Amino acid sequence: MIYSVYIINKAGGLVYQRDFAEQLEKVSSNDYLVLAGTFHGVHAITSKISPVPSSSGIEVLEGETFKLVCTQTLTGTKFLIVTDPQHQNVDALQKKVYDLYSNYVMKNPFHTPEMPIRSDQFDVGLSKLINEA
Amino acid sequence: MSDPSAYAFPTSGSSRLSTASSIYTDNRHTPQTRNKSLLERNLNRTKGAEVGLSSFAFLFSEMIQYAQKRVNGIQDLERKLNEFGYRVGLRMLELLVWRDRNPKREVRVLSILYFIHTALWKGLFGKQADSLEKSTENEDEFMISDNEPVLTKYISVPRELSQLNCNAFLAGVVEAILDSAQFSARVTAHTVPIDGFPLRTTILIKFEKDVLARDELLK
Repeated sequence: MIYSVYIINKAGGLVYQRDFAEQLEKVSSNDYLVLAGTFHGVHAITSKISPVPSSSGIEVLEGETFKLVCTQTLTGTKFLIVTDPQHQNVDALQKKVYDLYSNYVMKNPFHTPEMPIRSDQFDVGLSKLINEA
Repeated sequence: MSDPSAYAFPTSGSSRLSTASSIYTDNRHTPQTRNKSLLERNLNRTKGAEVGLSSFAFLFSEMIQYAQKRVNGIQDLERKLNEFGYRVGLRMLELLVWRDRNPKREVRVLSILYFIHTALWKGLFGKQADSLEKSTENEDEFMISDNEPVLTKYISVPRELSQLNCNAFLAGVVEAILDSAQFSARVTAHTVPIDGFPLRTTILIKFEKDVLARDELLK
């Protein structure tokens, strides 16, 4: 079960957020921004304090009720996927989300880099992807 | 862009010419290989000469952003895209006729429309258009529809520009072909979604009166 997808730009701003599970509590849009910003900071800290040199930072965060998987692209954009703790194969899903992003967001002339994503085709593709998963 | 002669006759010395040609002949890295440049390639060989859709999508995206900065309003933007396409269409007609095994001049309205529906679409997108229809309301209007337009595959038009269809570029291509084949027409692109094909686009062709009058004589 996939709970939600977040996309955070390289400055720590939330550019896309969508929930897919109904049982999730709704919080204000400001709180989502704070959440994204906080995660961005935590991510930066983890990559600095890691004993491994040039660490990529936090990749998985597991809790009792959820699992959060983060991938950072070469340009610093972060994709977060929140799933239930048992969910397998999030990596493949991540790749597909990134695929959709590079097709329907980056190739869209009406998208401004680092700004919130408003692309109907990306929305549709993501819904389809989550329903299949 | 306003003064094309500046590009045709560079005033500065030959050094500029040599750098310009190096863009096309990429022999800086592989001097031994006999890779022919884009301009030297045989015009009749189409296999393996396709351009990646992603490359095109990024180029087209930049073209739209470029145009957007230089226009006021949606209609102006569509006009500009139409102009861009017009330059492609002029060359496409010549190229397609050259590539044709039995090249001939199309003289009838229906045959040139069929040529666009089939040969042009295949030459540009590798598939035929999905339908070619005559308008039931107006005698002088014809429609070519594509269920999944390749040009705008990755484009999501924002709500405030919902009137815009970036296939205005394609309309320009069609207009140029019709114009240079002596079928003067006004060509526009419209989004006409149907079930399962939300991006379906219709290219609306409105011929000049004398074109249809001439076609009547040829019957």
